[in-house]
Amino acid sequence: MSGNIDILHEQGRGKSFSDEIRILCGVNISTCLQCRTCASVCPFYEAMGHAPHTLFRKIQYGLRQDVLTSSAIWICVGCNTCASQCPAGIDIVAVMDVLRQLALETNMPIPEEDILNFHREVLHSIERYGRTHKLEIMLRYKIKSGHLLADLDTGMIMLAKRKLDLRPSRVHAVNEIKRLFKKTWQET
Amino acid sequence: MTDRAASDMIDFSYFPGCSMATTSKECSLSLIQACKYLGLNLIELDDWNCCGSSSAHCLDIQLGFELSVRNLTLAPANRPLVVMCPSCFRNLRQAKHHLAASRKLQESVARRYDNLVAGKLDIIHFLSVVGQMDMEKLQEKAVWSLHKIKIAPYYGCMLAGPPPFKPQQGDSFCIERMLEAFGARIVLWPNIRWCCGTFLTASKPDVARDAVNQIMESAVASGADCLVTACAMCQINLEMRCTLEKKIPVLHFSEILAIAMGADEEQWNTWFRYHLVDPRPLFAKLEAAS
Repeated sequence: MSGNIDILHEQGRGKSFSDEIRILCGVNISTCLQCRTCASVCPFYEAMGHAPHTLFRKIQYGLRQDVLTSSAIWICVGCNTCASQCPAGIDIVAVMDVLRQLALETNMPIPEEDILNFHREVLHSIERYGRTHKLEIMLRYKIKSGHLLADLDTGMIMLAKRKLDLRPSRVHAVNEIKRLFKKTWQET
Repeated sequence: MTDRAASDMIDFSYFPGCSMATTSKECSLSLIQACKYLGLNLIELDDWNCCGSSSAHCLDIQLGFELSVRNLTLAPANRPLVVMCPSCFRNLRQAKHHLAASRKLQESVARRYDNLVAGKLDIIHFLSVVGQMDMEKLQEKAVWSLHKIKIAPYYGCMLAGPPPFKPQQGDSFCIERMLEAFGARIVLWPNIRWCCGTFLTASKPDVARDAVNQIMESAVASGADCLVTACAMCQINLEMRCTLEKKIPVLHFSEILAIAMGADEEQWNTWFRYHLVDPRPLFAKLEAAS
């Protein structure tokens, strides 16, 4: 989207993008002061490309596609450093969760495919065993992402140090876990 | 030191989480040892499941909630639930918070589980359990003095929690207070809560490496002999992703606690063999606490 600001237009239609977020997670981002505190404390600002305050400004302007196709919402690890300092007390991580979910539900292109693949492999493992089997997660992730040889040395050291178990730790009642899974995160 | 009689022990439910069960076994082993010395009886939740880690709430908020809630329904209401992994702690506490705020969620959970105690359940990180103890008594019970070791306390980010959660009493300086009681020298350094990169270690290793190197570099510059952390994820990231030539060992909070309280060399060597940066030289010449 090229700076096509249609906030008035959206309000005219009913719910704005910020309203939608407020309804989904109960967080009101219209209180954002644009003070840039989040930007100055974020450990991953450089990698994200956008600090939360920039995303929030775009949300206020209704720039939906711009926000939902950004790398920032995927690189954010939810460390809460920004939220713990935010003078407006905004639960920034809760908003990030909702933005990622909206991006998936509306089939937006995801610029951080590796991160998405990694999360999918973690969930695949939980669905299968009820717990994370880290060796299998890393192998499946590496096959899917094509980075098969990257980090091989680290992986070997982890195996040698017995930090990666060959067999998974399992939940007995794994059927209970399978029932909790919905289809939303799975690949179509 | 001998173990206390079972009748003196205080019961806690215990949620280990996947890291304790697999990649950070040394953290779990030393925690169990430390609890024996402290008179705490950890009763593992029967058939617990993964809390969803970062991935569940990143892709599917509802799934993250459901995975955490199943664990809460496994816990009896009459004793607190102790969690060691800060990320699990955050997820379980968040699920309890969401449940408390929504009658609809309560009804949905009550239809599917017999034991809906989440509203009354006290969920506590092990660091806070220690933080609420009388440090003078801890000092009296110490077997080894740590006065020759300079330590950089490292909390990591996950204990901070989102805005609905205020820091728990005694949390902010808990590691420092404990280390001080054991005579350790504590260094001042800037990155005590700086995020290590968590899951980016797998999918964006360069970003995690930069974060980890920044943390390690400043800890080394402060003159510390080792870092002591409350987070198993931070521990493994700091060891695995650091590319600096000069590295210092990263110890779990539970390891240093169990050592000071009386673990012997044979015990700590079974934990240290899982470390990528060998901490053994640090403890080669420990002196008895006076």
